[in-house]
Amino acid sequence: MKKRSATDVLPAEGGLGNEPLLTVDNLHVEFHTRAGIVRAVNGVSYSLSAGETLAVLGESGSGKSVTAQAIMGILDMPPAVIPKGEIRFHGTNLLTLSEEGRTQVRGERIAMIFQDALSALNPVFTVGWQISEMFRVHRGMSKRDGMKKAVELMDKVRIPAARQRVNDYPHQFSGGMRQRIMIAMSIALDPEVLIADEPTTALDVTVQAQIMELLAELQRESNMGLILITHDLGVVADVADKISVMYAGRIVENAPVHDIYKAPAHPYSKGLLDSIPRVDHKGQELYAIKGLPPNLLDMPTGCAFHPRCPYRQDNCVTDVPPLYEISGVRSSACHYWREVLDGSRG
Amino acid sequence: MGRYVIRRLLQAIPVLLGSTFLIFCTVYALPGDPVMILGGERRIDPVLAAQLREQYGLNDPLIVQYWNYISGVFVGDFGETFQGVQVADLFAGKFQVTIQLAVTALIIEALVGLGLGLYAALRRGRWQDHAVLALTLLLVSVPTLVSGFVLQLVLGVKLKTELGIDFFPISGTEAGWRSFLVPGFVLAGTSIAYLVRLTRTSLMETLRADYIRTAVAKGMPRSRVLGRHALRNSLIPLVTYLGADLGTLMGGAVITEAIFNLNGIGQQLFQSVARRENAVVVGVVTVLVLVYLLANLIVDLLYAVLDPRIRYE
Ligand SMILES: Nc1ncnc2c1ncn2[C@@H]1O[C@H](COP(=O)(O)OP(=O)(O)OP(=O)(O)O)[C@@H](O)[C@H]1O
Ligand SMILES: [Mg+2]
Repeated sequence: MKKRSATDVLPAEGGLGNEPLLTVDNLHVEFHTRAGIVRAVNGVSYSLSAGETLAVLGESGSGKSVTAQAIMGILDMPPAVIPKGEIRFHGTNLLTLSEEGRTQVRGERIAMIFQDALSALNPVFTVGWQISEMFRVHRGMSKRDGMKKAVELMDKVRIPAARQRVNDYPHQFSGGMRQRIMIAMSIALDPEVLIADEPTTALDVTVQAQIMELLAELQRESNMGLILITHDLGVVADVADKISVMYAGRIVENAPVHDIYKAPAHPYSKGLLDSIPRVDHKGQELYAIKGLPPNLLDMPTGCAFHPRCPYRQDNCVTDVPPLYEISGVRSSACHYWREVLDGSRG
Repeated sequence: MGRYVIRRLLQAIPVLLGSTFLIFCTVYALPGDPVMILGGERRIDPVLAAQLREQYGLNDPLIVQYWNYISGVFVGDFGETFQGVQVADLFAGKFQVTIQLAVTALIIEALVGLGLGLYAALRRGRWQDHAVLALTLLLVSVPTLVSGFVLQLVLGVKLKTELGIDFFPISGTEAGWRSFLVPGFVLAGTSIAYLVRLTRTSLMETLRADYIRTAVAKGMPRSRVLGRHALRNSLIPLVTYLGADLGTLMGGAVITEAIFNLNGIGQQLFQSVARRENAVVVGVVTVLVLVYLLANLIVDLLYAVLDPRIRYE
């Protein structure tokens, strides 16, 4: 196949057509390691439109970050291999784009924020340098203009005394401020899609709320699509439009946020929701999903969740459930989604 | 910063005293009487010997001898040899030769070591990487004596007789900086090997860091990710090694100087130990310790330049 560069094929911003902004379609990612093939992502599909917030939920190791890294094109290949699937951005499959084309998309049109801002920022350069680099490299701006832009951005993400602090190094900031710097850097070029991979996990609770608020606000302002990867169901309810729940490298449920809170359609989503501590259940024992996440080197047959599933029937052990469409916006990868849905309504 | 430098220089004084005293004791403890060795085969008249011992203070207790010596050093007087030559004069030209040799070696080490190390890291796991690693094994396992004579023969002699290229002199320092290229490489051999491996590991380590992933995610081209984001971080541990190595190179120049007939401090040290010229031996060591301390200070200052998390006040 002839490799194409991004400018040839990607329509300018806004030229959307019917396609959503970003579509992940049946994505597979494996890691070829000494111990064997780790199937980290086994058929993930989700989509994102402009101005929309998609929350991606799931236990540790379920493949949330690997999917995000595949979208960004920052997986180390090898050991990573993408044997199947498409990631379409404005209808163009990013996976078949040339490296040059991808570099133009990265940072410029799809940006990413990482969990631990301290290790994600380079310790030997000032924050101003790191933010203004976006303008210098992508826009050919001069050092001075770049720095001016950096100060503006730091103001925008509400870092106090931005002008004085622009020449400080990452280690001189608090955790929350560092994450703000990360955010400033990621939104520098007005990306159309922002992927935030557990942006608040490393922070304490009050700071978490502020960062989430900031992200939501920035998103509203610029109409970005936001993919929010998180463990924290509490956060999701307030900011997300829709949710994709992942288990063992697969999407088990896609749903608008209110629907899933009202009535989950997959036993795993139900387990996740039941394990949130709730005020009205005070004093009761917290629910926890029984069993352990599967070993990705040796996946269970049939539905990967069957060893832990209270709804299990015989065919769950042998048949891999497809994503059953429940409604136009909802789907569940459970053979017995009707029962689950009814059960959680009742 | 200025105060830090002054504090470090003050800290150097006890280190200097301690190390010179140790070497003083060692030389003192060597078997053989310097006055008798001075006479060589002939037996020296006992009266003259006693007079010489008195004159050079060899009858004083060790600590007094040491004090007499070291108090002179602090005002730049390194004493004189039994032949009446000022040690400081003896040093003058020779230290220059050794420093030239060591600095040439250090530059070669830095260029070759960093270059090959970075190259191997970027070609990790491929044949180029394996080839570089094999080369480092070769460098460590061939003794200076062998590599010195072989390179002298090949580059100093054969190149001229076979190909007519007269670039590397066989020995001596007449050809200026060119005289130091081959000996510099020979002297740096083992250090190059270690530096290659250290560089390779350091860059590979750095490339796994989260901030490298960030740089890629920012859409930075690969050359920039490597050259700006990774390089500086991976240089930090290497600078320490290079700085410490300057002292090692100067102290280890004895054999190389002998092979290439460079009239440096190594040669002098060798002769003076044989002749029990305590003043010279201790003098050489004192200066070497000074160089070592100075190199370390520079390394620490460079560290602060490379890594903003380190601040000295
Ligand atoms: N470079 C790699 N080599 C081998 N396996 C890998 C590699 N990167 C990720 N994996 C595996 O892929 C699986 C999915 O990892 P991923 O980081 O996507 O999980 P996650 O859902 O983001 O979890 P967390 O909530 O802990 O961040 C994990 O089991 C992990 O061990
Ligand atoms: Mg993750």
